[in-house]
Amino acid sequence: MTTDAVKQPRGLMALANPTRFLAFVQIVLPYLSLTALALLAVGLWMAFSVPDDYQQGRTVRIMFVHVPSVWMAMSAYMVMVSGALGVLVWRHPLADVAARAAAPIGAAFTFLGLATGSIWGRPMWGTWWEWDARLTSFLVLLIIYLGLIALWHAIEEPAKSARMAAVVVMVGALNIPIIRFSVEWFTTLHQGPSVVRSGGPALAPEFLYPLLVMGLAFLLVFLTLHLMAMRNEILRRQIRTLQRKAARDHRTGNSK
Amino acid sequence: MWALLIRDLILAFRSGGGAVTALLFYLAVVVAMPFAVGPDTNLLATIGGATLWIGALLAGLLGLDRLFQADNEDGSLDQMMIAPIPLPAQVFLKCVTHWLTTGLPLTLIAPVFGLMLGMDSISIGASMATLFVGTPAISFIGAVGAAVTVSLPRGGLLLSVLVLPLCIPVLIFGVGAVRASVTEPDPFLPPFLLVTAISLFFSILGPFAAAQALRYGSD
Repeated sequence: MTTDAVKQPRGLMALANPTRFLAFVQIVLPYLSLTALALLAVGLWMAFSVPDDYQQGRTVRIMFVHVPSVWMAMSAYMVMVSGALGVLVWRHPLADVAARAAAPIGAAFTFLGLATGSIWGRPMWGTWWEWDARLTSFLVLLIIYLGLIALWHAIEEPAKSARMAAVVVMVGALNIPIIRFSVEWFTTLHQGPSVVRSGGPALAPEFLYPLLVMGLAFLLVFLTLHLMAMRNEILRRQIRTLQRKAARDHRTGNSK
Repeated sequence: MWALLIRDLILAFRSGGGAVTALLFYLAVVVAMPFAVGPDTNLLATIGGATLWIGALLAGLLGLDRLFQADNEDGSLDQMMIAPIPLPAQVFLKCVTHWLTTGLPLTLIAPVFGLMLGMDSISIGASMATLFVGTPAISFIGAVGAAVTVSLPRGGLLLSVLVLPLCIPVLIFGVGAVRASVTEPDPFLPPFLLVTAISLFFSILGPFAAAQALRYGSD
């Protein structure tokens, strides 16, 4: 047996092994969650210490939750898209775990984005809900998330449900550019992009920096939750494999 | 190739086929509308285009879960996969059949329902035109959902949940075009062309995605 014949994958590729991934998560998770909490605390403090907006007054602070939630809702979908690509191209089980774990978190952020937007819309636009392109396409995102979660649960066999869901994830990805550009293509009540746009952010710095800190904090929160969910999914699958093995051993009389 | 089209057409129009049921369902939805909103003729005429579109969307979804299911049960789906014709082409043909048996009859019967709802001739014509170009999108988007849920015992409900959000743009622009045909300043053509574009786009994407899902489902 030559030990150096088996090439050990290095870097990110090494994490494609579930056992190594679990070990990595074990090390990274405490730091990541603590950083996320600290950054969230700093971001919230910054958000509450901004001056009132001259038009929107105090309600401008809703932005610091609303905008990062929406960013994360769409990023979670892009995580699912890359997971789906991993499933369809390399048929790697961990890619499905990543896509699957991102769905409930993404749905939660989507709901948060809709809810905070609605609360913000009431004093600013005078309505809880408006059927315009941005809001509708975002609601569609929530329905796609929920439908995907239902699909993942409906098909029992993991490998099959992974590939079926991956196809739907890819088709549903059409909605993401629609959400992004809906405020530019259609005349809507929702304002146009004001942070990521050509010509630099349109926000005043005292609003922009808390927003960016909150965005980074939400990103870390998402990563923490996503890694935890992935870990749980891997463990859940390992438990199921062990249960099946135990049941088989029991039936064939191999049990001790 | 043509044999598949003709076979599916015959199956759809035989007793137990979905074509007549879809039309009856369409009638039921349209008839239920006046009861729900009240017999105000002006109001009914205003929402007439929307009623026709909602009915067509729901009736189109109705038969979708059977699109591949019967073929999956009797094994013809496996035959289709090993056939020399590419699977996406066959799926495309099955979608065309689905449209010929649901979308097209729905479009043709829409003027009758339009008269019942008290719509004027311009908006009836606009409804027919948008339904004609828009209902194929329902078949093509639905094929993906049908392929994904083909092996599920109660896939119909899940299929609607997966397909409906993707059909919303079709609905928005379809109804938008009908409304624009009667309200003066809004142009009819842009939303109409958008509906056409969506249909054309999904006529390519739908069959390929559905064929891929069917292959994954079989092994």
